[in-house]
Amino acid sequence: MDRRKSIKTLLVGGASAGVLVEACKLADKKTNAPEEQHVAASPYDYNRMQEEADEYKRVSAEKFFTPDEMATISILADIIIPRDDVSGSATDAKVPDFIEFIVKDMPEHQTPMRGGLRWLDIHCLTRYEKPFKDCSHEQQMEMVDEIAWPKKAKPEMMQGVAFFNLMRNLTATGFYTSEIGVKDVGYMGNTPNQWNGVPADVLKQYNLSYSEKELKECVSFDVKS
Amino acid sequence: MWQKLIYYLTNPSGTDYLLKKHGEKTAIRAGSLSSKWQGYAETAGYNMSSMPVAYAHSSVKKIFCRQAFKSFKFIVSITQTIRVFMGGLQIKKQSRKYDAVIVGSGAGGGMATYVLANAGLKVCLLEAGPMFDPKTDSCQLRNPWESPRRGASTKYRPFGDFDGCYWGWEIDGEPYTQSGEQKWEWWRARMLGGRTNHWGRISLRFGPKDFKRKSIDGLGEDWPIGYEDIKPYYDKIDRLLGVFGTNEGLDNDPDGIFLPPPKPRLHELFIKKAATSIGVPVIPSRLSILTKQINNERGQCFYCAQCGRSCKVYGDFSSSSCLVIPALKTGNVDLITNAMAREVLTNKEGLATGVSYVSKNDMQEYQVEGRTVILAASACESARLLLNSKSQRYPNGLANSSNVVGKYLHDSTGADMGGIIPELFDRKRYNEDGVGGMHVYSPWWLDNKKLDFPRGYHIEYGGGFGMPLYGFNWGIENLNGTYKIKGKQKEAGGYGTSLKEDYRYFFGSHVGMAGRGEAIAREDNYCEIDPSVVDKYGIPVLRFHTKYSDYEIKQAKHMKETFSEILHAMGAVITWGGDDGPHNNYGLHNPGNIIHEAGTVRMGNDPKRSPLNKWSQAHDCKNLFCVDGGPFVSQADKNITWTILALSMRTSEYIVDEMKKQSI
Repeated sequence: MDRRKSIKTLLVGGASAGVLVEACKLADKKTNAPEEQHVAASPYDYNRMQEEADEYKRVSAEKFFTPDEMATISILADIIIPRDDVSGSATDAKVPDFIEFIVKDMPEHQTPMRGGLRWLDIHCLTRYEKPFKDCSHEQQMEMVDEIAWPKKAKPEMMQGVAFFNLMRNLTATGFYTSEIGVKDVGYMGNTPNQWNGVPADVLKQYNLSYSEKELKECVSFDVKS
Repeated sequence: MWQKLIYYLTNPSGTDYLLKKHGEKTAIRAGSLSSKWQGYAETAGYNMSSMPVAYAHSSVKKIFCRQAFKSFKFIVSITQTIRVFMGGLQIKKQSRKYDAVIVGSGAGGGMATYVLANAGLKVCLLEAGPMFDPKTDSCQLRNPWESPRRGASTKYRPFGDFDGCYWGWEIDGEPYTQSGEQKWEWWRARMLGGRTNHWGRISLRFGPKDFKRKSIDGLGEDWPIGYEDIKPYYDKIDRLLGVFGTNEGLDNDPDGIFLPPPKPRLHELFIKKAATSIGVPVIPSRLSILTKQINNERGQCFYCAQCGRSCKVYGDFSSSSCLVIPALKTGNVDLITNAMAREVLTNKEGLATGVSYVSKNDMQEYQVEGRTVILAASACESARLLLNSKSQRYPNGLANSSNVVGKYLHDSTGADMGGIIPELFDRKRYNEDGVGGMHVYSPWWLDNKKLDFPRGYHIEYGGGFGMPLYGFNWGIENLNGTYKIKGKQKEAGGYGTSLKEDYRYFFGSHVGMAGRGEAIAREDNYCEIDPSVVDKYGIPVLRFHTKYSDYEIKQAKHMKETFSEILHAMGAVITWGGDDGPHNNYGLHNPGNIIHEAGTVRMGNDPKRSPLNKWSQAHDCKNLFCVDGGPFVSQADKNITWTILALSMRTSEYIVDEMKKQSI
């Protein structure tokens, strides 16, 4: 089947419709810009074995974090990934929901997260007589600064450092795999493409070039076929 | 009326009659059914008024009917009703006798199915897993946020939530055990097409030396065939299935019939420059991905780098899309999915007569007869089947008078290393996906006579702008205090707007490399039947006994030294894999971990030392064959898939010939 037909069969297969309609138009163009990608109407409707579907149902029905813990997680997530002039915040990208699910899906995160959150609250209660989420913004940032810098932290803060590292990693994973985050970091793949090699200006920037052999032997999209 | 129904339901040929006469539609009008029979159908779990899509297959167990406007049709489950009526477990024999019963639908089984079906033979293909068609079942082009775990690995899909392989290192209810010093890691896929749905598409021919290693270095064994025996089949497969690459005139990495390769990516140009400068060759990779269209049934690659998810346009090789599904179109194949083979059946003359299996759909036992039996369940599963097929004539297992089935088990060696290239920080964004694998690689380039280990390895490369998935830039606190970011020295860790800048800065600067080498096949590395453990089907499981020797460990050491040099030559900083040493076998992966296991049903001219002859035909049982990784005497510094396909095609053509001559 030709390129257009082969790409159109993807519509039957159920991949994002928006990408593919535009990709068909792209087939003969030389642009690399991806079109807006649409999320499937019902989440998580991709191919699953029965065992996977059953486990997802079971796990997502569980409850792990309390509302207070979720509130603390949301505040921390937005400190780690706030809104800036490039993209939204962690809560804009629904990172707390992701963290809520992932600790149920990966139970090894449960104790470090629950314990870390309680560690944080105990320290805030001791200093400010309030749990972290009820402290003022200045108090919260003062506390965060004690545990956000692994090489500068005091020895007695190291458990907090370990917790904040985990919180940072989970927040970043949840953020950069969201639609907002993928756009922020600039990943431009996951769409039908014509790979014609490294763009010329990038080759020039790194003082590289394709050899004559490569130019002769490799797939090229310079000439319309 | 009811006597007739009972006759049809309990008489297998009556079942066929029922089907043929009434086609897919009605069995009997529900209006005329007594409430007792309606009750039986309901007990079997069927809603009398539901409207499923009409579905039947020729080895029929169920008939579903489509509801029409006026007349009320109902659903009857033949086997469930028989069970309710007859009251218990029994072994049901298929009425039809096939020319071949094939166990396993991966590379070897898929190829055998394709060749035999196209030659007009009647094939029954048993597959332990469910149906899988990449066209409808692939997760290709799904975005990371479409998975609640953002593509993370699970027990069901160890390579990631979108990966195109069902199961892997562990399968619920199907354990395996260990008795050796090192742990064997066993990968098992359960789906149509097996692991060929998600594999790396690295399609390397063995070279002439790879068949004669014992003659070269005195270790292991020579194959009973040579490159000239298999070359015609490599040529046919290159044309039939499509592989890109270039002819480089290398003496042990033979030329082929190649489609054009894709241009190297940016990190690959860095690698090529650095490796070449220290004497490590870098050439275009050889992957079974269609950079040009080769037929009307399959589409052309569109560079989404997701071959691992399997390809909806059949742009890369999977046994499901390229062999089995086309074979089904001949009308000569009865595919039975969710069929776990239990043992190979034999008669008192010692010939194979068929296979007994359990259906996962109804947990009932079945037997299917064939003129030949072809095992392709993967190297260890095929050995397991043979060892479990005991009889008076074969007390040691079928085709095992050599006592070698399960032995000489070996896998590719593996060791890896990676880092970052500071020159690539903060780089310009563009779509860099390419194909689902490396565009360049390094074939083995040295003379082992000058080294302290006997066999070689090839190097696979990775890097670039990968799709953000679970684990994205995990551990940034180890990076963002070490390097200046946009000219600023920052404190490691942190948060906020500055942290977001860091994630953008490092994206696309990672690089990695992996060695895949040849291990020596040894008799004391083996799998055997565990004397006391069975799986949930009551089938005795395998127990593994494997250990790497100094040869493999020294090879891994050499890999690490080479990677270190290449990374240094390109100005990269090693961030992982650089701390391995003698304390951990230089990071050598556990045997089995590379998922290229082979050797357990090896071929050879001497029946006392090998179960199969040079046609992959059992010495002891001439109508029994094995066409997966089992027959491999050794496995080269390549991987084995392209050779599995070539050998399976060769054996299948031999079977067709022998059947025409009535020799089997």
